[in-house]
Amino acid sequence: MGDFAGAYQWMNIRFLLEGLQVTLILSAVSIVFSFLIGAVFGLLRYMKIPGLSVIVGLIIDIIRNLPLLLILFFTYFGLPNIGIRLNALPAAIVAMTIFESMMLAEIFRGGIQAVDPGQMEAARSNGLSYGQAMYHIILPQAIKKMIPAIVSQLISLVKDTSLATIIVLPELMYHGQVLYGQNSNYMIPVFVALTVMYFVVCYALSLLSKYLDHRLAA
Amino acid sequence: MMWQIFRDNFGLFMQGLGYTVGVSLLSLFFCLIIGTIFALLEINPKRWVRVIGKIYVEFFRNVPLLVITMFFYVVVPRLGVPLSGFAAGAIGLTIYTSAFIAETVRAGIQSVDPGQMEAARSNGLTYVQTMRFIILPQAIKIIVPPLGNQFINLVKNSSVLAFVAGFDLMYQGNLIASNTFETTTTYAIVGVLYLIITMPMSYAMTYLDHRWSGSVKEEE
Repeated sequence: MGDFAGAYQWMNIRFLLEGLQVTLILSAVSIVFSFLIGAVFGLLRYMKIPGLSVIVGLIIDIIRNLPLLLILFFTYFGLPNIGIRLNALPAAIVAMTIFESMMLAEIFRGGIQAVDPGQMEAARSNGLSYGQAMYHIILPQAIKKMIPAIVSQLISLVKDTSLATIIVLPELMYHGQVLYGQNSNYMIPVFVALTVMYFVVCYALSLLSKYLDHRLAA
Repeated sequence: MMWQIFRDNFGLFMQGLGYTVGVSLLSLFFCLIIGTIFALLEINPKRWVRVIGKIYVEFFRNVPLLVITMFFYVVVPRLGVPLSGFAAGAIGLTIYTSAFIAETVRAGIQSVDPGQMEAARSNGLTYVQTMRFIILPQAIKIIVPPLGNQFINLVKNSSVLAFVAGFDLMYQGNLIASNTFETTTTYAIVGVLYLIITMPMSYAMTYLDHRWSGSVKEEE
């Protein structure tokens, strides 16, 4: 069960790297969509528009409090029942985006709220419009406060892509399972390789967070 | 429709809910112990002790829960330690979450003014006494709201038990979905059941956070 030499032949490593590639693609696409949708939802909740902000807030709270796995099952197995059929990758992207965008929305709102309200008042009384004040004064300050939370959410996102193995998306975890399914001697080496690959990606992100935090604090 | 599926499978839904709550509480209990131990290691005056704490926390925070859980489900039984799916899931959840709880506890302890430690030590208390009677009681207020959020994460993450036949809510939900072919409705019911646990917790933690951070400001 510990055939490291056999498990790490190039064919197998390449197979795992192909899985890693799908993991990274799924992560990157979900991050981009989540950022855009999360920013809009976070702002809408923050702006306290009568009616709309309450509804947006409720949607954010409901989705944040559900397991991502359930949302994944819903998009892949649930939606076909009401006539929407998605392949594994689009289904995973939709599920990750729904979940992560709401997590990010809450981070965005928290960051904006953490900026002293006097900043907005000062900007407005200096003649800036609400949009200008938000864009030039509030958001730049808020982003600094948000970076650690955003990056740790992105790390969660990368780790959570492994759940997509259950809808047979050929990502890293799934390729790992295929490998040790073929030969049980590969089990331990494959788990070591999976751990190392996920760790390297996630740890690099957390180092990036520390670096940005340090740079922006100065 | 929704009501009928819920009524017909009431027993399975409730069993799943019971397992989900049970494994979350069980994990939380061990996470608090393990998390506090590693938090204390992380702030220990000795460097090599801090390194041990740091390695544990950084390692398990940066590896997917599923990889850890599958390791205990697939590999460990072959090494001669028989584990049920539920046990593998519970161990995986505990190890993974304890790293996050260690970070929460560490941040809480470090937010207590270092002058408190110096004052207690110069009054003749030992390091352990100071931690136990001076630092930890003050840190608890700061730790509870984020700890509550970790518990919510624990409930949500316990759905990983569905991968290892752990009889939790998600597992039973899948079973019911594939028996009735009413996937959309079944998953909606499962979602409502999760929300019944997580939503009140989430609002309570937001409330506590506001209240307690308010009282800290008043004291200043």
